[in-house]
Amino acid sequence: MRFTLKAALTAALLAVPGANALATTITIATVNNNDMVVMQKLSKQWEQETGNKIKWVVLEENVLRQRVTTDIATHGGQFDIVTIGSYEAPIWAKRGWLVKLNDFPASYDYNDLLPPVRAALTVNGTMYAAPFYAESSFTMYRKDLFEKAGLTMPDQPTYAQIEQFADKLTDKSKQQYGICLRGKPGWGENMAYLGTLVNTYGGRWFDGHWQPQLTSQPWEDAINFYVNLMKKDGPPGAASDGFNEAEALFATGHCAIWIDSTVAAGMLDDPKQSQVAGEVGFAKAPVAVTNHGAAWQWIWSLAIPSSSRHEKTAKSFIAWATSAQYVDLVGKTDGWGVAPPGTRTSTYENPDYLKAAPFANEVLSAIDSADPQHPTLQPVPYTGIQFVAIAPFQQIGTTVGQDIAGALSGDTSVSAALQSAQDSTTAAMQQAGYLN
Amino acid sequence: MRSSPLQKFIVAVLGWTVALLMFFPVAWMVLTSFKTEIDAVHSPPLLVFHPTLANFTHVIYLGNYLGALTNSVAISLGSTVLGLLIAMPAAYAMAFFPNRWTKDLLLWMLSTKMMPAVGVLMPIYLLCQRSGLLDTLSGLILVMMLSNLPIIVWMLYTFFKEVPGDIIEASRMDGAGVLAQLRVVLLPLAGPGIASTALLSIILSWNEAFWSINLTSVNAAPLTAFIATFSAPEGLFWAKLSAASTLAVAPILIFGWMTQRQLVRGLTFGAVK
Repeated sequence: MRFTLKAALTAALLAVPGANALATTITIATVNNNDMVVMQKLSKQWEQETGNKIKWVVLEENVLRQRVTTDIATHGGQFDIVTIGSYEAPIWAKRGWLVKLNDFPASYDYNDLLPPVRAALTVNGTMYAAPFYAESSFTMYRKDLFEKAGLTMPDQPTYAQIEQFADKLTDKSKQQYGICLRGKPGWGENMAYLGTLVNTYGGRWFDGHWQPQLTSQPWEDAINFYVNLMKKDGPPGAASDGFNEAEALFATGHCAIWIDSTVAAGMLDDPKQSQVAGEVGFAKAPVAVTNHGAAWQWIWSLAIPSSSRHEKTAKSFIAWATSAQYVDLVGKTDGWGVAPPGTRTSTYENPDYLKAAPFANEVLSAIDSADPQHPTLQPVPYTGIQFVAIAPFQQIGTTVGQDIAGALSGDTSVSAALQSAQDSTTAAMQQAGYLN
Repeated sequence: MRSSPLQKFIVAVLGWTVALLMFFPVAWMVLTSFKTEIDAVHSPPLLVFHPTLANFTHVIYLGNYLGALTNSVAISLGSTVLGLLIAMPAAYAMAFFPNRWTKDLLLWMLSTKMMPAVGVLMPIYLLCQRSGLLDTLSGLILVMMLSNLPIIVWMLYTFFKEVPGDIIEASRMDGAGVLAQLRVVLLPLAGPGIASTALLSIILSWNEAFWSINLTSVNAAPLTAFIATFSAPEGLFWAKLSAASTLAVAPILIFGWMTQRQLVRGLTFGAVK
């Protein structure tokens, strides 16, 4: 009797015209940043169009990574869509944790995605995560200060030039510092920048047999350069400066040069967020010995965990949120200056975007030039520019970052810090089974 | 010995200095929540600025403040009531009928608080997941209660020890059962202590972030998870984060102010013999 009643009720519900019998609620776990805030706001349009609903779980990047990893590894199925970076995408795809995203409708136009971005999210010819926005690194500088000092920033400066400029523009009595760089320890903090610095000095994390190379000459040269430069021309307490702290220093007029993520460009050019809007110039990431890996590549992308119970609806949302039409929607509703950068060729062919984002060409060229498949001068067994796409890297990167932050704050010497980093990396690689 | 006016003055100045130093971060957070993002990072820091409510509007619009507030209230009250129900009989037995294992048992209970929570994250997570308690209020109430139980038992034990055993014994000789002893004798005598234990448990549960963030996603997320929503390594969200934090601490701060007399009385209960 109970069964009959249930069946009758279900049938009645399905029969009601317009009833959202297929409406689904999906849960999206994402990071908190400007682009994601805009997506959260505009997603109401997708909800209206499809009748589906979204529940958001917004967390700080590292907390999100831990939550999502726990959920996927234990097949929790709490999330239908997760925001992941280009570090996780290949590792998780190889473990079978992600759903293939190679069957979006034709209107999605896979070929419009920037080739290096698409390649970074593809494993064995299949895309496992759809790019939401991408960033690289470049040089930001104060045009007014350069002009006043009679200096000209080349299109692609060398690190020797950066040091000269920083020396000249430092005036500690006015709290004006020639250079601001990340110093806060963490694989995604100071090591993101330092990874590119070591690359351009000709260094690498591991040789072809996964032997750590942290005491090699390029590492010594790069880290000595960094520590000396920051001590001479950097702000006080730089060992606790991450992206946000450096951005705050630059935006309030305390830095002449800042080498960091291309996402900073939009913020520094916005008078609501920056006191130096309109005075910021952009150049390529500096080089030392080689061009290889001088600028990083990071992609925030949307992926579906294989434990998701609403795969079809999740795919429909990702196809919408990472489409060219979505970029268009952001441009029209929130302004072209905040359109998600670095993912599609069509964005950089759009005159409205190019007009609103004077830094667009520099960003595109930085992203285009980043080649995670060949990140270093000498051959390496890994991919990734400012990271090594292997599971133990988070721990290794953070430990090495702490050693170098110790050298920056003067607690230890550079060579002692690198020796300690070499020892801990060797131990971690042995534990992970890469070394005997 | 009576203290001289100068001594009183020095003590008052010291007291105020310490109080202001401790309150400064909270006051600065509230001040920052009314600033724009650029004013929030202004160097030197701004004391005079054009206040805005935009951060509050933003966090209430994007985050589920009311839902998180309701969850926080339910979790902190639920875990406290459940904790007291379990801890009172335990503390009663340990205080009035101690045996040779009582001290060891108490120390062992407290030692569980010395282990970092992350050490048991995976087992607790899996237990919650397999029993369907992940992202549920009941799951979080249970975990919060277990996490605070050692402190609740310890505090109640200390307060109960202050009650002379003779009184309990006399009531027992008059025919009072265990429940009657608790209700008629112990509750009135150790009332302030029980109240301050309850208040402390509420505050601890309210402020707990590790389990709240790891065991909830959307349905049972309390205010600590709500604050975590506005933290970001790339992008200036300090004013918004301050607004979210202000909204999250305001209820418990007001609650603390309202109950501070009981809280202080309970915490110093039996301190001077």
